[in-house]
Amino acid sequence: MENANFHHALKIREDLCIGCSHCMNVCPTEAIRVKNGKSVLFGDRCVDCGECFRVCPVSAIIIDHDDFNYIFDYKYRVALVPAVFTGQFPEDISLRQIYSVIMDIGFTHVYEVENGVEILSDAINETAANHPEKKPLISSFCPAIVRLIQVKFPSLVDNIMLLKPPLDISALHIRRELVSKGIPDEETGIFYVTPCAAKIAAIKDPVGELSSAITGVINMDILFNKVYRQVKQRNIQSCTLPIGGKLSKKATCWSLTNGEAPHVKGRSLAIDEIKNVIDFLERLENEEVSDIDFLELRACDESCAGGVLTISNRFLTAERLRNHSDDYQSEQEYQHPDAAASILENKDFLMEQIEIGEIKPRSMMKLDENMSEAMKKMEKVNRIMQLLPMVDCGICGAPSCQALAQDIAQGDANINHCIFIQKILEQKGELSLDDSVKIMQEIWGFGKTNKYRDLKGI
Amino acid sequence: MHFEFNVEGGNFSKAGTASSQLKKILKQLNVDPKVIKRVVVALYEAEVNIVAHAFNGIIYIDIDTEKIEIKLIDEGPGIADIELAMQQGYSTASPEVREMGFGAGMGLPNIKNNTDELKVTSEVGKGTTVEMITYLSS
Repeated sequence: MENANFHHALKIREDLCIGCSHCMNVCPTEAIRVKNGKSVLFGDRCVDCGECFRVCPVSAIIIDHDDFNYIFDYKYRVALVPAVFTGQFPEDISLRQIYSVIMDIGFTHVYEVENGVEILSDAINETAANHPEKKPLISSFCPAIVRLIQVKFPSLVDNIMLLKPPLDISALHIRRELVSKGIPDEETGIFYVTPCAAKIAAIKDPVGELSSAITGVINMDILFNKVYRQVKQRNIQSCTLPIGGKLSKKATCWSLTNGEAPHVKGRSLAIDEIKNVIDFLERLENEEVSDIDFLELRACDESCAGGVLTISNRFLTAERLRNHSDDYQSEQEYQHPDAAASILENKDFLMEQIEIGEIKPRSMMKLDENMSEAMKKMEKVNRIMQLLPMVDCGICGAPSCQALAQDIAQGDANINHCIFIQKILEQKGELSLDDSVKIMQEIWGFGKTNKYRDLKGI
Repeated sequence: MHFEFNVEGGNFSKAGTASSQLKKILKQLNVDPKVIKRVVVALYEAEVNIVAHAFNGIIYIDIDTEKIEIKLIDEGPGIADIELAMQQGYSTASPEVREMGFGAGMGLPNIKNNTDELKVTSEVGKGTTVEMITYLSS
């Protein structure tokens, strides 16, 4: 039931980390501590939302991805591009230019992720109609939210719709399409251009599935830099259209906030930003809110337009996508001779594959597997909480007094990590100044406590 | 383990505090999510009942490895006919309370559905006591 070693796309580079605790303070699942002057990640609590990545002042938090040259291991290289990627570019750069450059830098095909929406939106309504017991149905679109529910809201895992996101549906379709054109499956590499860390983790270690149809992942910021540079350097007029043809307005805006909700029958609600989502799920768990049929929940503010690997301002990206989607409606586009068949022609095949397996809870909240042990630990936590100052200063290397108390009860920390307790112990003569400094060094590293040896002249 | 929470009558913005706290505690104790859900839903309903009808109340919670016992004692108008109050759809809630989405007359029946043992005692003009027990292994 539990898998502590599941894949994370977020990694902390110890050589770069300065132990500033910014990441620790923003982590919505309290998954980070500072030890020996470096941030340490608790893998079983991290949901790959990427909030830590946003605030790191020294870029010590990195997002694991595949090397760009990995694409050349394959004879046929498909760039699976989400609409928010095109939304990163200034308005005067056309979709044609963007896609042409993607082909020029090494891809043989460009396919838009949101094509899968045409299959998925019907499947969502079918699931909602066939499974009233799952009400409110929670979208499986955002992988950080799926993981958040697994670790923090285990009683709600059954509400998650067991359907593949558009990304996987499109990957399956394009794979099948290329095979139908006589291209051997093993010669095709499908590379997803990701706006966030959570999607990478979901591809490398899919929840509810054994493997993914996607070969590799290219981070959006990296591809953006490559493409934008080429666009700037050359005046590209050639027109390589995406092989899927035009996206509908619904598909183009699917990854934005309120992209899914309006297309699901009944009362549906769209909530973005992970703390807003946590607050809402708390209420949902208490059944304080009821009679909602569908929940679109996204970890990032402005959904994928606000992904941690995006470059452009999230509001401008969202605006651009909405404008593009209007263009799509009006413009009569030239159809590329290599254009793939519409995804709807593969509907039966894709509908057969669209379901994913059971999503299991893996609660990070429990103090112990055994309830009486957990009760003992909780009593200990409560006793410790009486002693702590409740200022959540973070000097102990934990994000809050509560987190420190739990770490102590679990045997991962000591009460004298608290700076207030240290002062009292020093006053009582139970802790020497040297020992107190040593404790600080164990938390914050030698460098930070050694800086202040010579204070003269300040 | 023993916990106590005070409930303030009329303060809907705080309604749900005790149930949220209990939920957190039960998650930490590794209680089955399905059991947690039942207990929390029952307590939330009972908590809202105090906020909606009484002047104030105290919630006592006792947890051991077999069961969760919750006792809610309020000072308030009391319930004249408990049997009637237990019927679905019956409500004495004021229009203001109903406007806030409460008072649909689902409270006590919903509590009953989500607990293993339920006892309601009341004295008109004095207050109501609700006792509920949920067993951890069913």
